[in-house]
Amino acid sequence: MSLLQIKNLHVEIDGKKILNGLDLTIEKGTVHAIMGPNGSGKSTLAYVLAGKADYEVTEGDVLLDGRSILDMAPDERAAKGLFLAFQYPVEIPGVATMTFLRTAVNAQRKKRGEGEYSTPDFLKKVREAAAKLEIDPDMLKRSVNVGFSGGEKKRAEILQMTMFEPRLAVLDETDSGLDIDALKVVSEGVNRLRSPERAFLVITHYQRLLDHIVPDVVHVMSRGRIVKTGGKELALELEARGYAQYAEAAE
Amino acid sequence: MNAEVRQIRTVAEQGLLDSYLASKAKLPGAGDVMALREAAFKVFEQQGLPHRRIEEWKYTDLRAVMRDSKPLALPPDAKAKSRAKDAGQWLAAVGARRIVFVDGVFAPDLSDLSALEKGLTIGSLADALAKADPHVLKILGRASPAKDDPAVTLNTAFMGDGAVIRVADSAVIDKPLHLAFVTSGDKAVSIFARSLVMIGKGAKATLIESHEGPAGIEYQVNHALELSVGDEAQFDHIKIAHEGDKAIHVGTLIADIGAKARIGDFTFTTGGAVVRNQIFMRLGGQETNANISGASLLRARQHADNTLVIDHAVPHCTSRETFKSVVDDEARSVFQGKIIVRPDAQKTDGKMATHALLLSEGAEADAKPELEIFADDVVCGHGATAGALDEDLLFYLKARGIPPKEAEALLIQAFIGAAVETIANEALREALMSEAERWLAARG
Ligand SMILES: Nc1ncnc2c1ncn2[C@@H]1O[C@H](COP(=O)(O)OP(=O)(O)O)[C@@H](O)[C@H]1O
Ligand SMILES: [Mg+2]
Repeated sequence: MSLLQIKNLHVEIDGKKILNGLDLTIEKGTVHAIMGPNGSGKSTLAYVLAGKADYEVTEGDVLLDGRSILDMAPDERAAKGLFLAFQYPVEIPGVATMTFLRTAVNAQRKKRGEGEYSTPDFLKKVREAAAKLEIDPDMLKRSVNVGFSGGEKKRAEILQMTMFEPRLAVLDETDSGLDIDALKVVSEGVNRLRSPERAFLVITHYQRLLDHIVPDVVHVMSRGRIVKTGGKELALELEARGYAQYAEAAE
Repeated sequence: MNAEVRQIRTVAEQGLLDSYLASKAKLPGAGDVMALREAAFKVFEQQGLPHRRIEEWKYTDLRAVMRDSKPLALPPDAKAKSRAKDAGQWLAAVGARRIVFVDGVFAPDLSDLSALEKGLTIGSLADALAKADPHVLKILGRASPAKDDPAVTLNTAFMGDGAVIRVADSAVIDKPLHLAFVTSGDKAVSIFARSLVMIGKGAKATLIESHEGPAGIEYQVNHALELSVGDEAQFDHIKIAHEGDKAIHVGTLIADIGAKARIGDFTFTTGGAVVRNQIFMRLGGQETNANISGASLLRARQHADNTLVIDHAVPHCTSRETFKSVVDDEARSVFQGKIIVRPDAQKTDGKMATHALLLSEGAEADAKPELEIFADDVVCGHGATAGALDEDLLFYLKARGIPPKEAEALLIQAFIGAAVETIANEALREALMSEAERWLAARG
């Protein structure tokens, strides 16, 4: 059974149609990339998968392991193994990163009927993951994302992903705002997690991320639908020719 | 102007008048003390209870709230003391010296009076009044900033017992002092306690003042604390209104602060049906720094009002006022803060802010921050916000697998934590945050 199936998805916000019959199927162990011009609805798709309110699904369905998730609350979806790395991670003053990570990891584990991590196990895991992502341990004591640079925020998202061990990770423009070194660190963080049981949906505007995280399938999105699907060479073609052929009235 | 002659008294007002006349002979002190009481009583007789047409009380109409007055509490008997023996013990982790007042009366047998630090004296106000202690009489009721306040006036007429605490010049009292006021009984009573605290020049001390009592009983507490802090002293005062859910609590801090002092004041409110916390603070010496903050956690139909007047009387003082409230159900939070900058008080730096987090449709927050500035070379400002939890932050937390109630709790703790952080004593910060956690855990 496919890990994720999106069928004929139509989504509106405030009466404005944003997704217009989007279809997408992702198998375990694969990396899919979605590329598309600004405003084509990529973040909307990511948010709808994660369960953000405000978005109204007017038609279609989203199945994880063959079960519809549209009626599930965001925290239940997370416990089922869905992870979204936000394009714009929010700052949460007064909530220490470490407390947050631990609350989140244990909440997910509890919901899955797994035991909570012991403090030493948890700390060890966080420290190892942070070191690999070149995250200063002092950052973990600070409030979630507060005062982090753009690049630090993106690395912190990948740190969370590493801790949660999701089954489907949606990365929304994780490359934006990263210099080439940070891009490498983040990509390696993602590649380390690639496994036959896990899939990735990598949303990006630029081809360069896909040099590091090599996708199995590339989709082009325009006006709220997938308009073309191909192999990784499709990304190179887009880089060379731009999105003009998928003309977007970028509002 | 409220110059009208009021002929019609409320039941509560009439009850207080009757109560005073019946009991004044038994209240501690004669001579000068009695003269103070009589003068205060006359004012009360004319003015009655404060009501919404008096600007300072417009959000907390005590006349409407007090449907009747309760009989004055009797001195506690052995049973009352036994019920009261754990008063304030939920703060035990702070390791403070606990001084217990049962139904307003000093209970030395329940208090920790052993091995008093050098320079620290602890006594009973009732004793001092009965003995006409000249040091006490000299300062009692003299604190100017609150002379006309109706709650203090009523307190002066009825004051029974309370703490008299002195910290000598240069004395450093590391162990916090904890005045634990407890209403012991299962009967609705009224309690009028008055405390005097004098912190000497260059001294250092922390004073916790907690108020608690039984649930389901409509008792009434009026406490007034007169505080003087000497030059170069460091003093922290933490007041905790942890009253029973049917109680009416009116508490006043009247403070006169010297030069180059450092003041930390915190008011924490979780209990009580109607709570009015008043602070009248006069910064009367230069280069003093005062941090005055508070946090309230309110639910059901609770009403809590923090009213403060910070009087910058001299140049070069800094004050920060930060009050936060979390308001659930049909509860209501009120903040009225005024910074006064006198004509002489150039280079005053004063910033006041109040923030309310509204957790339900029926929750309400009223804020009235004011500046009264008579000097021209000052930096002063104020701000007030009220709103719900940030949906984007909540979504982020939920998207990480944190259930909605827990996500809200994290954000509420963060909100309150930013205020509690200003408390210098770490154990106390932790105790108050644990109390906030208990409050959150009890949220439906
Ligand atoms: N909360 C919102 N309210 C109204 N319009 C929105 C909202 N979020 C997104 N949109 C609109 O939906 C379209 C798609 O946005 P988005 O999904 O962010 O695109 P992308 O991520 O591909 O740049 C845009 O036209 C955007 O203006
Ligand atoms: Mg986007």
